[in-house]
Amino acid sequence: MKLRKVTAAAAAALVLSLTATACGGDDNDSDSADTGSGGGDKIKVGIKYDQPGLGLKEPDGSFSGFDVDVATYVAGELGYEPDQIEFIETKSADRENALARGDVDFIAATYSITDERKEKVDFAGPYLLAHQDLLVKSDSDITEATDLNGKKLCSVTGSTSAQNVKNDFAPKAQLKQVSTYSECVAALQSGAVDALTTDDSILAGFAAQEQYKGQFKLAGLKLSNENYGIGVKKGDTETVNKINDALEKMVSEKAWEKAVTDNFGPADYKNEPAPKIGNIVQ
Amino acid sequence: MFDFLSDYDDPSLLGAFWVTVQLTFFSAVGSLIWGTLLAAMRVSPVPLMRGFGTSYVNIVRNIPLTVIIVFTSLGLADIFGMTMGAPDDFEAQGFRLAILGLVAYTAAFVCEALRSGINTVPVGQAEAARAIGLSFSQVLRLIVLPQAFRSVIGPLANVLIALTKNTTVAATIGVAEAALLMKEMIENEAQTLLIGAIFAFGFVVLTLPTGLFLGWLSKRLAVKR
Amino acid sequence: MTSVLYDAPGPKAKRRNLLFSVVFFVLLALLAWWIWQVMDDKGQLRWALWEPFTQSEAWTTYLLPGLGDTLKAAALAMIIALPLGAFFGISRMSDHRWVRMPAGAVVEFFRAIPVLLLMLFANEFYARYTDVSSADRPLYAVVTGLVLYNASVLAEIVRAGILALPKGQTEAAQAIGLRKGQTMTTILLPQAVTAMLPAIVSQLVVIVKDTALGGVMLGFTELLNARGTLAANYANVIPSFIVVAVIFIVLNFILTSFAGWLEARLRRSKRSTGAVLGAEDVDELNAAEIGTPGTGKGDIV
Repeated sequence: MKLRKVTAAAAAALVLSLTATACGGDDNDSDSADTGSGGGDKIKVGIKYDQPGLGLKEPDGSFSGFDVDVATYVAGELGYEPDQIEFIETKSADRENALARGDVDFIAATYSITDERKEKVDFAGPYLLAHQDLLVKSDSDITEATDLNGKKLCSVTGSTSAQNVKNDFAPKAQLKQVSTYSECVAALQSGAVDALTTDDSILAGFAAQEQYKGQFKLAGLKLSNENYGIGVKKGDTETVNKINDALEKMVSEKAWEKAVTDNFGPADYKNEPAPKIGNIVQ
Repeated sequence: MFDFLSDYDDPSLLGAFWVTVQLTFFSAVGSLIWGTLLAAMRVSPVPLMRGFGTSYVNIVRNIPLTVIIVFTSLGLADIFGMTMGAPDDFEAQGFRLAILGLVAYTAAFVCEALRSGINTVPVGQAEAARAIGLSFSQVLRLIVLPQAFRSVIGPLANVLIALTKNTTVAATIGVAEAALLMKEMIENEAQTLLIGAIFAFGFVVLTLPTGLFLGWLSKRLAVKR
Repeated sequence: MTSVLYDAPGPKAKRRNLLFSVVFFVLLALLAWWIWQVMDDKGQLRWALWEPFTQSEAWTTYLLPGLGDTLKAAALAMIIALPLGAFFGISRMSDHRWVRMPAGAVVEFFRAIPVLLLMLFANEFYARYTDVSSADRPLYAVVTGLVLYNASVLAEIVRAGILALPKGQTEAAQAIGLRKGQTMTTILLPQAVTAMLPAIVSQLVVIVKDTALGGVMLGFTELLNARGTLAANYANVIPSFIVVAVIFIVLNFILTSFAGWLEARLRRSKRSTGAVLGAEDVDELNAAEIGTPGTGKGDIV
């Protein structure tokens, strides 16, 4: 009898650990894509994974987008080959912390330079001037922000863009909040909302996606100025200067323009000319 | 140290927790009703209802709550047009959708708690009820469920505590409750730990007394056998 | 029990039950048809949205790595939380106040805090005071959060399971001169394990589901998080949610089925000392957590 009880307990324990190891078997190939040793010969760059045209993880595991191209060029100037770059996903809320902890060496992830952020991180650039804009259905009659009064607007929880519109331009707009922009685009497509607001560069990427082609248009409003900079750990002036040099070279070598055409071309996005380093448009 | 708290007044810290309390309250009532219906289905003589109850519980229990809540917003509201009587007021709509999602999810657990409660009612009770000619619904309504409810106050208390904490998921569809405010604060202030501690304390304040009170109640009301 | 709630149906009751079945079936069918229609109407059934899931890249690049992380975190959390839970559960029944009280405080405290917050704290802790690499940190934080919370829930399940055993077991053990530790390890625990299994399994399902919280703020690339990246690529938000939900259902179904099989085996292999522990026993102690009530007697899956 005693033996049986012990067997029972042992069987339970064994089986539990078996399940565990069986599950563990999946590990080996699961993290090869986005994690690595982080040794001295690699540079870790924070980007977005889910923004077509800016930073997107492609089905083949590679990364594409304007931010990615800029980051790759800058890393190249800092002395890292493309295969030495390790891209890491930095969600908006985590960008300052990721830099402070040293999880990433620099961040190129639709990172607007603001005074609040400048207290916590240093910025190189700007490397792109974007504007807050609206994405609407191609047959929509919304042409300016005040048209939004009484209309339904979508944005991502906690983002400042939606608050801007509600506070400054269209106080009577209804605000739907979801977790990611692709959910907003889905809501726009299904007709649940009338407009989606955030930076025009981000909107252009979604509008240009194969699946959405021809369905949406940008309203072309310049509701705010978003100066995209490259975030660097606070106090690391040396890297900031190096990145600034790299960005200047990127523009003068026309690589900047090529990156713009490659990534924003299909979206018919009327981008601003390359901004001057340190020239932050308020 | 706590100065930054006064910067937040829409909603304030207390206001956000008040929304949490409201979410908890309405979801609790809703899931109690829906969960009881599900439990009745699961023990009913109609095979198809039993099948539905069983599949409902087993499917819903196994999906992460986040997925269910997001579904209410992107699926029910956007695609199926169930705007919960507030097609033009996203704030009210999100709040009601969150309750709907929480009810759908929590009811599965209420159902299972009740079913195990039904199991604790001695067989003789149901047999005696049938012997005096009561129908299935009468047996359930008059004899079994009243006893079952008393014996499952404990389990239901645990469901309630979990529900209180689960309301934080409503933040994913923009309901302005405690977790959303916390996210906002963490994004604006550089004091993750302090902010986290404040909100953790808030939840302890909400859940500990509930647990203790209902624990006491379940001992008082327990059917002595 | 359920069968004693109603008499064996006679001809009239059979007819009535049939009628109910038909009505219920028609209602369900109408609902299903309506759902299908609306989905079709809104273009959610277009093949373009579902096609990615028939291609290997959607799986190898997004879903499988995500599933791998989910399983890794869940498995680690289970392995650590089970013994830790047993430890706290037993400590809470100790004869010594200085063992009992701290164990009780730990259990009550960690049960009251949302898991997401525990993960957040753990992440900050590892970032500040340890040199865990940034790539591994989210996993560490997620596992830590899951362990702290679930170990305290499991502790209560273990405690309830042991207390539910007939008192005679302890007394008989003492009578033949076993020490307290021996009584626990050789008499009580082995019996309690069988009885607690359904409640434990429900908690394991909770662990699997709660890994999804790691993607919300820590950037842990579990299944739900990977879904977001996938949907950004293929512009198929609704289908991707449905697929991920199905994966979770299948995963947890396998877990619970396996536990059901295990429990049946364990029960056959021993002369039972009592019923399987249902939620009512656990909760007598105001114990479990969502998930544990989901265990009626002998109800698994």
